[in-house]
Amino acid sequence: MSRSRRRGRRVSLPVPVLALAVVAVVFFALPLVGLLWRAPWSNAWAYLTEEHALTALRLSLICSLWATLLSVVFGVPLAWLLARVEFPGRGVVRALCTLSMVLPPVVGGVALFFALGRRGLVGQYLDRWFDFRLPFTTAGVVVAQTFVAMPFLVITVEAALRQLDQRVEDASRTLGASRWYTFRRVTLPAIRPAFVAGAVLAWARALGEFGATITFAGNFPGTTQTMPLAVYLALETNPEQAIVLALLLIAISFAVLVGLRDRWFGRSDRSAVTVLA
Amino acid sequence: MRRPSRLLIASVALLGSLGAACGSHDADTAASATGDVTVFAAASLTAAFTEIGDAFMVEYPESKVTFNFAASSELVTQIGEGAPADVFASADKGNMIKLADAGNNATEPQVFATNLLEIMVGPGNPKGITGIADLADENLVVVVCAPEVPCGTYAAQIFESAGVTVTPKSLEQNVKAVVGKVTLGEADAGIVYRTDVTAAGDKAAGVEIPAATNVVAEYPIAVTKEAANTQGAQAFIDFVNSEQGQKILASYGFLAP
Repeated sequence: MSRSRRRGRRVSLPVPVLALAVVAVVFFALPLVGLLWRAPWSNAWAYLTEEHALTALRLSLICSLWATLLSVVFGVPLAWLLARVEFPGRGVVRALCTLSMVLPPVVGGVALFFALGRRGLVGQYLDRWFDFRLPFTTAGVVVAQTFVAMPFLVITVEAALRQLDQRVEDASRTLGASRWYTFRRVTLPAIRPAFVAGAVLAWARALGEFGATITFAGNFPGTTQTMPLAVYLALETNPEQAIVLALLLIAISFAVLVGLRDRWFGRSDRSAVTVLA
Repeated sequence: MRRPSRLLIASVALLGSLGAACGSHDADTAASATGDVTVFAAASLTAAFTEIGDAFMVEYPESKVTFNFAASSELVTQIGEGAPADVFASADKGNMIKLADAGNNATEPQVFATNLLEIMVGPGNPKGITGIADLADENLVVVVCAPEVPCGTYAAQIFESAGVTVTPKSLEQNVKAVVGKVTLGEADAGIVYRTDVTAAGDKAAGVEIPAATNVVAEYPIAVTKEAANTQGAQAFIDFVNSEQGQKILASYGFLAP
């Protein structure tokens, strides 16, 4: 596929641009190298296979996947609304729905308490009428993660929908396709790279979520202690184990990010770079 | 700020060491302190030490105290990684021992205050909690600190010596998080320090834990090995131990060692 299309294409970069880019790469790589450098390799396997580490990892994966699913289910329609429907106060709604990206996560967690906690705006009725509580539950973790992760999907998908030539969709409709068919066969394939990127970003954000989770859902092994929480607490007593757990989390995210890029966006790393001297 | 001349610093240092050599003064009137004093202190000392710092700078106008408040364990890590600290004040002996084991203290750690643990409940104690035994109730939302942090270790010790099995809903990363959950009304009870109940004012109430099952948390303080201002560091420690410093600590609920 795109592999052959890009092969052999040579890109030239001015030296200053290349130099700055290399600085940026080093900036990101160095902390990782630092972790690898300090990692206690001889004990790594023992730390990783400790039961509470595995429990935290399992919970992290389950919760972050649920958060991604919820982000897609609610986020794509939201992106659609923001991209396609002109309504008064659209800018305000957009800002509101992406606020959690800039909000300190701990504040987000407290805000979730005020909304969905036992004494919260809505939470008190969930408690009173249905005997249902979100804080200190696995569902609470998913809610906290979705709250901080969904905006990443929304802004990515919205941008793609805006750039999409609507005449293609119009053509599909005039040819007799239903709205759902047009969405599935015309719109979705066109925005697929953005959709996947948004979903992956949301998933990665959910996987690394710490502040909102520990504030809103608390920290209990097996129910709400996700990997980042386990790493943070391990830092208190056993920094070596914290490093190993952090590296595992990084390795998983890294594998997914690299794997998905190749699979969905086409390989771009084959293009050779030459320096203009 | 005007920088004091080198000569001045040298002469002050000389005077200070002469004074120390003679041992002629008590803790209340320690040698004068100048320059920046950087104090790394446990988060639970935030309010009390901020006030002590202000009083110290009134006493020694030539000096400037800067604080770094965080979990004791975090501070030990930071100092170990070369963070510029002159004084380290820990919320427990364990972390001070960790610092000393790494050879990062310059003076013998000294206990300057103690703290007790208490059950924190909502204002007016709506659930009518009278003691540790009540916390075994499965219908209560009880939160405590994680066993990795001192307040969690203490809570576990208290439950054990009281012979009560408590199933907390959450193991928080620090005591302030426990306080937050109780004051927000999301938890019915939490194990916190006496000083936290004092600080919460009317947002929470405290239920005392009898001395037989309670734990005394000791707060040690020491000058760090890499201290840039040992003179100022020692003066600060002396000030914490002085009558004035102890009075400030007491007003926040700390007890004398």
